[in-house]
Amino acid sequence: MSAVLAVENLAVRFGPVHAVRNASFTVNKGETHCIVGESGCGKSVTSLAIMNLLARNARREASRLDFAGQDILGFSDRQMEDIRGNRMAMIFQEPMTSLNPSYTIGSQLTEVMRRHQPVSQEAAEARAISLMQRVGITAPEMRLRQYPHQLSGGLRQRVMIAMALMCEPELLIADEPTTALDVTVQAQILRLLNELKQEMGLGILLITHDLGIVARVADHVSVMYAGEVIETGRTKDIFSNPVHPYTRGLIDCVPVPGKIKPGEPLGSIPGTVPVMKDGFSGCAFRFRCEFATESCAVTVPRHDLCNQHQVACRLSAPQNGARS
Amino acid sequence: MTGSIALTLHNLSCQFKTQAGFLQKPRIVRAVDEISLTLEEGGVLGVVGESGCGKTTLARMILGLQRPSSGEAIVHGQRLSDLDRKARARLIQPVFQDPFSSLNPKQAVRDIIALPLRAQGTFSARDIAMQTDRILERVGLSSEQGLRLPSELSGGQRQRVAIARALILQPRIVVCDEPTSALDVSVQAQILNLLDELRRDLKLTYVFISHNLAVVEHIATEVMVMYLGRMVERNKTAALFKTPRHPYTQALLKSVLTPEPGLGLPDVGLGDVMPDPANIPTGCRFHPRCLQALPQCASIAPPVYTPATEALVECHLNASPNQILN
Repeated sequence: MSAVLAVENLAVRFGPVHAVRNASFTVNKGETHCIVGESGCGKSVTSLAIMNLLARNARREASRLDFAGQDILGFSDRQMEDIRGNRMAMIFQEPMTSLNPSYTIGSQLTEVMRRHQPVSQEAAEARAISLMQRVGITAPEMRLRQYPHQLSGGLRQRVMIAMALMCEPELLIADEPTTALDVTVQAQILRLLNELKQEMGLGILLITHDLGIVARVADHVSVMYAGEVIETGRTKDIFSNPVHPYTRGLIDCVPVPGKIKPGEPLGSIPGTVPVMKDGFSGCAFRFRCEFATESCAVTVPRHDLCNQHQVACRLSAPQNGARS
Repeated sequence: MTGSIALTLHNLSCQFKTQAGFLQKPRIVRAVDEISLTLEEGGVLGVVGESGCGKTTLARMILGLQRPSSGEAIVHGQRLSDLDRKARARLIQPVFQDPFSSLNPKQAVRDIIALPLRAQGTFSARDIAMQTDRILERVGLSSEQGLRLPSELSGGQRQRVAIARALILQPRIVVCDEPTSALDVSVQAQILNLLDELRRDLKLTYVFISHNLAVVEHIATEVMVMYLGRMVERNKTAALFKTPRHPYTQALLKSVLTPEPGLGLPDVGLGDVMPDPANIPTGCRFHPRCLQALPQCASIAPPVYTPATEALVECHLNASPNQILN
């Protein structure tokens, strides 16, 4: 498997606030890598940092940021513009707000392609129609002339996916692509992304807060907490053998039909996420962690377990192996 | 459980007139269509369905915020339409979805929580202060947090404020409209645990609206499934999750993504036809999306079948033998 995206030690700061620290992961061709975490943990900032779409006051650092074998860390805005929407495409959470209400679906779909490739309007429209059929939009010729408000939420999200695929990207970054949709539509959209991944050999970086989605679509998972990737590995390893107390707590929080008896409380994580300012050291989770000791305030050891499973926690140290 | 009835809905309906364009004829949208049910005291009725199925309109009618076009709601033996605002507020209170927009941003938390008491006009200032302190503690907020503004609190804390405000008048029924869908999973679990604890301690009855079936399974004692304004199935929670009868319920249950890797994604099998409340199909309103539809489903409205006392299903496939006409 070749890596489409390789990120090492990505850090993003907004003034004194460290929004992302120590984020390292790779997205392989034809695979889905999920970043999961709660609001404010830095998942969206990570995706924006990869695309270099951060706000002006942000500072981005990384020891490595490779896209399809190319180092894009030092790319100029012009060079990034050529990649974004072309070889690296994105889908955002809100299909209601990320389409322009005053242009037709057709003009928005073809614009991406004509911006990046020397094609005629007719050729771009033909591609748009075939992609709209592929993502399950009925009567695509008619839809081309329609405006976003004339489509339902599920259809709009399909338009967003078709738009992202117009230039045959190698990497698709999807930031909460189904959060605004009904559960019945969610399953359809996720199935579609899965099929496209296999057909086109896409690498997908999927950002979500929903562990159900992660379990069902991801090949690899990175769990983020307070801006840091605290555990990463293959999906089945993370779910069958979660090591970091936060990962374990997160999995226990999710109600699963048939798992918990009526009247029994759900697992929960007390406390709140700290804001990471300058001078912070140690494990950011230690204030909420039942296993925290004094050593957690100093350094966070990182361990490689088997099969690319990495954890940033004292508990995973091979010699103590203490997992209650 | 006392077994007394907390809530009765009797053929409750709500219609809206919408005008699609300047010269077009107004269309009638039947948001809620003839819903009848009873809910025992101490029960939790989970209401599930896709967006636009009428869940929120139903909640607004139960709260008395929306006048039904026909039918009535009876709360603890009193007809909702006979009660004035203050009496209604003492019986039934809401918790809304978005704790960011449902709290006044310019008021301190204490004042937000005390407002229902003050609006009653019969409590002394000392009484109000005492009750506010008591309820703050009950929902897990400190008295120091009571002096802050909502913007200084996290999402979970704000939802605790909304719960405290709903409970300060000691209502009998609380209508929760998607109370946890704006929250993170770890916070959602805290709020669900709190709601369940409060229900048992204060003998509350909940109407719990959610699109998250896993959450409903966890908290509800019985579930009703809505499709385009109709109640298409109702049952005790365990029975509904074990044997869903209506094809729509089956599809909804299938679409729940549990965190179990290796199961892949379900084929929900609902097709691409999206329901339009202003243009309800003839016969069974679910038939254009139903994989098991029979010929009569397109023309004849399905019969109501009650396989057990507390269960109901409205579907041709589930009709009892003597209800099948042809």
